[in-house]
Amino acid sequence: MDLINLFVKSIFIENMIFAYFLGMCSYLAVSKTVKTAVGLGLAVIFVLLITVPVNYLLDNYLLQAGALSWLGSEFASVDLSFLSFIMFIAVIASMVQLVEMVVEKFAPALYGSLGIFLPLIAVNCAILGGSLFMQQKDFSGIEGAAVYGLGSGIGWFLAILAIAAIREKIAYSNVPAPLKGLGITFIITGLMAIGFMSFMGIKL
Amino acid sequence: MSLETNQKPQTEEEKKKSEMLLFLSSSDEKEHFLSKANRKILKDPLDDNNPITVQVLGICSALAITVQLKPAIVMSLAVVFVMAFSNVIISILRNSIPSRIRIIVQLVVVASLVILVDQILKAYAFDVSKQLSIFIGLIITNCIIMGRLEAFALGNGVYKSFLDGIGNAAGYGLILIIVAFFRELFGSGKLLGYEILGHKGVTLAESTGLYALGYEDNGFFLLSPMALIVVGVLIWVQRARNRKLIEEN
Repeated sequence: MDLINLFVKSIFIENMIFAYFLGMCSYLAVSKTVKTAVGLGLAVIFVLLITVPVNYLLDNYLLQAGALSWLGSEFASVDLSFLSFIMFIAVIASMVQLVEMVVEKFAPALYGSLGIFLPLIAVNCAILGGSLFMQQKDFSGIEGAAVYGLGSGIGWFLAILAIAAIREKIAYSNVPAPLKGLGITFIITGLMAIGFMSFMGIKL
Repeated sequence: MSLETNQKPQTEEEKKKSEMLLFLSSSDEKEHFLSKANRKILKDPLDDNNPITVQVLGICSALAITVQLKPAIVMSLAVVFVMAFSNVIISILRNSIPSRIRIIVQLVVVASLVILVDQILKAYAFDVSKQLSIFIGLIITNCIIMGRLEAFALGNGVYKSFLDGIGNAAGYGLILIIVAFFRELFGSGKLLGYEILGHKGVTLAESTGLYALGYEDNGFFLLSPMALIVVGVLIWVQRARNRKLIEEN
């Protein structure tokens, strides 16, 4: 039950884009058409689903204060948590590289359609943000971390899908010239974020 | 140290001298430290080529920490530091990094600098560090830094990269501070924590300043969607002033 609660919470209430503005850069840059938005969104879900649990293990068995106690009692006082940024980003960068190679080998068609977006995911703030929030939330088990990663990925996917659809439509509208493109996208995102705020306080 | 092949100094002495020059001014000619081109590198990102409103870089962190002015200023300073030095380091290393692994190298350089900033903030400004929470860590993946490393530092000399870093971080900070100014002023009637619109008491009689006239804070400005809308309006104002930035579609 807690897991379902966490899942819904991470998709809607703590949506990466509308509540924390994470991954905004690629969200704005890649949302011109629905097709590319879907490709990038799927890749983000996949990478989040893998990196958050991996970083959870890393955090709990290597980095936190006392995490090294499994090596022996003399290591119990070691606190490596200041290394977490560099470890997390290394895991993410290598995961992205791995995913890229796997996709290239086994699904060349998908690889072709994702193109440049795959490597770009390494610098998507939503991915690192997922790991850092995981660290803050202090889950009790790896399944919590996995569900959180999946949920935030799906939330990001829904957000980019929605804005891409709106942008395809708005191309036909009469927007004031200085507001065209980036400006109107910001304002629409703001309005959508207000909509998403109505999920606040829902508990399952 | 940067080595460029198009220059072939004859003696050891001359070689050392020119290497020193290359190291400082990067291009093959002697250039004044604040020549026109260098000033342009420094000034362009403030308006014409602003990282947030024009290049669309570094938006992620820019929006979440603009509720109050103080964290916004601290964040801008942190980004100035990280950007200037990561640009310099990558520029020094640019000829020895294999292009296949350059992203990982860049991330490691940036991450080390960010850890430095994070530890300093935790030691000397713990409250602010708590407010910024994970956003200091997210400087690592702030696209403004990766973007400038890729677009500028990998192809330019040390001094120019340094200027580019300072300029872009300043352009980023400028937007951050403008947005935070409006959000804190309208949202809580304060600037940097000082109650500049007067004090709001429980009843009208206890209030002073604007609040005594019945003014209310717009709590909406404290919520995250307003940051997006303020930036949207800011882009509108900037492009109405500077019409060459208007997008076709």
